[in-house]
Amino acid sequence: MRYLPISDADRQRMLAKIGVASVDDLFNHIPAAVRLKKPLDLPHHQGEMEVERHMTALAAKNIGATKASMFLGAGAYNHHIPAAVDHLIQRGEFLTSYTPYQPELAQGTLQYLFEFQTQVAMITGMEVANASMYDGSTAAAEAVMMANRITKRQEVIVSSLVHPHYLAVIETHARFGGFKVASEPMVIGREEKLTKMIHDQISCVVVQTPDFFGNLHDFTELAKACQAKGALLIVIVTEIISLGLLKSPGEMGADIVVAEGQSLGNALSFGGPYVGLFATREKYIRQMPGRLAGQTTDADGKRGWVLTLSTREQHIRREKATSNICTNSGLCALAFTIHLSLLGEVGFRRLAETNHARASLLASEIGKIRGVSIINKTFFNEFTVVLPKSAKITVDRLASYGIMGGIPMTRFYGRQLELSHVLLICATEMNTENEIESFAKVLRKVLND
Amino acid sequence: MTNITKKTSPTISGNQGLKLEEQLIFEQDNPGISGVDFPAVDLSKNHLGGLLSNRRIGLPGLSEPQIMRHYTRLSQKNYAIDAGIFPLGSCTMKHNPRLNEKMARLPGLGDIHPFQPFETIQGALTVIYQLADWLRQLTGMAAVAMPPAAGAHGELCGMMAIRAALDHRGEKRLRVLVPESAHGTNPATAAACGFQVDPIPANAKGTIDLAAFRAKLGPDVAAIMITNPNTCGLFETEIVQIAKDIHKIGGYLYCDGANFNAIVGRVRPGDLGIDCMHINLHKTFSTPHGGGGPGSGPVVLAQSLASFAPVPYIELRAGQYQLVENAKGTNSLGRLKAFHGQMGMFIRALTYILSHGADGLWQVSGDAVLNANYIRACLEKTMSPAFSGTCMHEALFSDNFLADTGVTTLDFAKALIDEGFHPMTVYFPLVVHGAMLVEPTETESLASLDQFIASMEGLAQIAKKQESLDSFKNAPIFTPRRRLDETTAARNPILKWSDQQKTAKSDAT
Repeated sequence: MRYLPISDADRQRMLAKIGVASVDDLFNHIPAAVRLKKPLDLPHHQGEMEVERHMTALAAKNIGATKASMFLGAGAYNHHIPAAVDHLIQRGEFLTSYTPYQPELAQGTLQYLFEFQTQVAMITGMEVANASMYDGSTAAAEAVMMANRITKRQEVIVSSLVHPHYLAVIETHARFGGFKVASEPMVIGREEKLTKMIHDQISCVVVQTPDFFGNLHDFTELAKACQAKGALLIVIVTEIISLGLLKSPGEMGADIVVAEGQSLGNALSFGGPYVGLFATREKYIRQMPGRLAGQTTDADGKRGWVLTLSTREQHIRREKATSNICTNSGLCALAFTIHLSLLGEVGFRRLAETNHARASLLASEIGKIRGVSIINKTFFNEFTVVLPKSAKITVDRLASYGIMGGIPMTRFYGRQLELSHVLLICATEMNTENEIESFAKVLRKVLND
Repeated sequence: MTNITKKTSPTISGNQGLKLEEQLIFEQDNPGISGVDFPAVDLSKNHLGGLLSNRRIGLPGLSEPQIMRHYTRLSQKNYAIDAGIFPLGSCTMKHNPRLNEKMARLPGLGDIHPFQPFETIQGALTVIYQLADWLRQLTGMAAVAMPPAAGAHGELCGMMAIRAALDHRGEKRLRVLVPESAHGTNPATAAACGFQVDPIPANAKGTIDLAAFRAKLGPDVAAIMITNPNTCGLFETEIVQIAKDIHKIGGYLYCDGANFNAIVGRVRPGDLGIDCMHINLHKTFSTPHGGGGPGSGPVVLAQSLASFAPVPYIELRAGQYQLVENAKGTNSLGRLKAFHGQMGMFIRALTYILSHGADGLWQVSGDAVLNANYIRACLEKTMSPAFSGTCMHEALFSDNFLADTGVTTLDFAKALIDEGFHPMTVYFPLVVHGAMLVEPTETESLASLDQFIASMEGLAQIAKKQESLDSFKNAPIFTPRRRLDETTAARNPILKWSDQQKTAKSDAT
């Protein structure tokens, strides 16, 4: 076994030192009835080539963004990852290190987490950010629970326009965490009247921009309405690139911003692992979930970094902790921060501009097709269209042309709503102008067939 | 400043040979520079409503070579399993095979979107299905929930499944028994699911006190959360009886599988009477820890809890794998996370499992336990094992051997850093005074173990002589930074760069 360095000769020497006759004897105190006497009857070990063949064959059964034209979004976006990102995150000193419990041996990790926190605070327009959560959806649930702790209230309003998976995660936590979630029934294109729903027992209002259907929102008025009733405003951002162009949630008056950071540095990878961003106001830092890297000095007075405010965390506070989170998304946060550092102020804005330009071209091309209408008045790189035919059937036909041409809304909302012809489509910098034009051409053909 | 620093910091630059200082990225800003090229775009006509912003975000501008240098220098300030033994107890820092990394990046695996039509992702669903099948067989359990993102998230999944099962039975049981030696995530998870935590003590052997456990049983007990092998590195030999007792009163047995590496392929949790257990793919199945994640924490479920598993899960219908994504109308506890789980980690874990096979995994647990016992045997005279007899995959010592030396467990750990090793887990589990928990894993060679043991033994002897207390109190001295002031960091938190300009006086770099 190529990963196991202990030889039979080593084993004999070690067993002699321990004073037992065999390795199996070290397991003898386990009741015999539950101890296997030999390896399970399953396949035996294989060489690197054999395993590689097996996995490559499975990979070949999928059609990914390398082969197909990808127009899918809904919280997971196909962006270009500069070569330097993947090279750097595979350096063993990053890849194979642990959570920085011994800061003197992890100044590299701690410094990039400090830089990550700063970048997240900057782009969301917030005062502080943590060192990452699992993903955007779990960050959203944690934000709600944090708001409940701060306000000591147990009723939550969630916009029906947030990502349905995010809503479902919040609802799961509500069911087991003992708080209530109120939501309007989702009706496409209808303005929500969330302000009217807020009363003095509401802990927080959860909204998203761009929303799940791609529309952009300014929550400034909603923030004021929340503040008037002592509720917190939680803003979700599932497409973080949008913040290169748009007014930030912090400028709108958000109390907590949670976001999915996958778009920067992290591959699609079928939905995970991704990286949750979590930012808030300075006055709430002791109620935050997750790890925080902080600045300090060493015994010589030199600047250095440590994990800090850990008295919030499970390993110290146990059942009184602000969250049970331990391992988070360190390496995905590294990919995020390297990509954003490469982009810088200029590149981040240019990337956002290119995304909007490509989506605008796509909307213009698709909008020309007879019977197709675009619902959005505003969008960033993703929008919702109504087709003259079933969205699911259309998407399956498009796939046979090597085009991942959008996501049917029925996948999220089931069949009970009038959504069978509704499709969510996205374009990023990865979609060339030629690709967009040929998508429109094929879509027209498929709809006319 | 101490004499040591004066002697070792004579340079103009602040660098010391290969020890290179590195400023924050924000301090290297060259406005207008970018490491990525994009053509300019005309946005005079746009669909952004009134939300187009011209704000300056504040991101620094650097070119690619500067970025490469920045992160390469940062990486050189880290210790890693690639560089040496990383014996953090309960963390299972084993070798991370590079084949795993290569497979996770294959076109067709790394570049697929979570919402593609099922026909275009049959290979991906097969990966998940095959991994799930291995996990079920290795644990002898009925079902497995793949979505949880890490160990603590898996705990949440398991405890929510228990709550859902109790709700289904129409019972409101609120008390959860948690041994005092448990990971902090256990009580934190129970609390997050609305349970009340009731601690149970350990006995003199380091395992659960059966009498104390039985005295706690009652109709309001929902579950007991047991780590097995436990955080003292010992197998809970009474676990089968504990399972019977908890089931008799209508409760469930949750197992924290953080230490599964000790028994993988040799003991099936399903045979122990466990109702559910999370598995840390980033421990037992070698997916990299990445400086704190991402992890992956699938939960194996017995028949008693299988129908309460979260969405999504995979079903085989008419020869095609499909995802069931909606929980409505089922017993499912609901959704725990967007999308379908940590696919990148599934690919790595399956690659690892196929590489080892059943015979290799048998050797993995065998060598992991052998290595830990070798360390225990070599150090038992110099240091103080917390419990007598052999251990499982990790060796636990108390700080008794340091009594009256003036050296604390923390000092000892920091001295080990100067010896070129990452220290073991310290001050955990809480049930042992000044605990030092050493988990070498099966991927350490005998030579590596011997080097580590020599340093541990040597430091213990130096401490006992009580002649060079300063060398412990000043440690570490050979690291990029010496002991860091955690108290001030917490008292006056500086969590981002702009804050730091206000307190620039403390900046000596």
